Amino acid sequence: MTDTQVLSAPHFMEFTYTRSTGPVIGAFLTGLRDRKVLGARDSDGRVVVPPPEYDAATAAATDATALVEVGAAGVVTSWSWNSTPRLGQPFDRPFAWVLVQLDGADTSLLHALDVPDAGAVRTGMRVRVRWAGETVGDIHDIACFEAAS
Amino acid sequence: MTGPVTGIETPIRLDYRYTPGEAQSAFLRGMERGKILGRRCPRCEKVYVPPRGGCPMCGVEFTDEVPVADTGTLVTFAVVNVNFANRAIELPYVSGEVIFDGADTTSMVLLQGAAVDEVRMGMRVKAHWKPREEWEPSFANIDYVEPIDEPDADYESYREHV
Repeated sequence: MTDTQVLSAPHFMEFTYTRSTGPVIGAFLTGLRDRKVLGARDSDGRVVVPPPEYDAATAAATDATALVEVGAAGVVTSWSWNSTPRLGQPFDRPFAWVLVQLDGADTSLLHALDVPDAGAVRTGMRVRVRWAGETVGDIHDIACFEAAS
Repeated sequence: MTGPVTGIETPIRLDYRYTPGEAQSAFLRGMERGKILGRRCPRCEKVYVPPRGGCPMCGVEFTDEVPVADTGTLVTFAVVNVNFANRAIELPYVSGEVIFDGADTTSMVLLQGAAVDEVRMGMRVKAHWKPREEWEPSFANIDYVEPIDEPDADYESYREHV
């Protein structure tokens, strides 16, 4: 038998899924394309961001035409440091995952925060949306959050 | 874009590093030279293409490296009418299992050069290789198989592979 050096090579699998958004998420993403963040007012009067398709208490369908705009800045309610980012994540360097309660919202939105190190993140800090250069109607229209001094 | 958003793209990608092992590495090195290399089981004498390290039926290590021909017999096939992403092949096309002459296992290949309604089990085919300067250690060096002017193989000669 021949003596063969064992080969090794990169190998990837990719699934190019598309999915339909439905009226409520579609309206939320349309808002992002217009650089607006939209939420839904639920049966308790709270503003939920991103808007759910159905009310958590009554199960009533959300009216996609009655979404409310919230601020593009808010407060970090919780965070986690990602020291080893992986392919496809918002940054190729360490960053923070943050839950942000936008001004006017009663719930928090998960996104990435661009800070130099973990010491620059704290619960309660003010942050604001950094919009993507081109907005297309996708969650990535929010490129990330950044500190708002 | 001005209308409301109704759909999004949500690609998923899995990145691996593939290490084929000693036996398949030898096979891929063969492909790099335009040769299809199998290995023979010393007990059941079946030739596996591509080879494994040992015989899955007998549980013994393979001993002999065996070159097989790039001609073979189409033993079964499917007509593909729905394309999948990034595959630029004119529809409909045939994807089939070919047993190369000298091998005892089948390989999945694309078949070209025949109308889909003329394709049949037992059809004799030959590998169409990419240009030599494009050869890599990859089974993709064989672009596809195409029919050759030979009588169909007798069903009994490939029935255990159907």
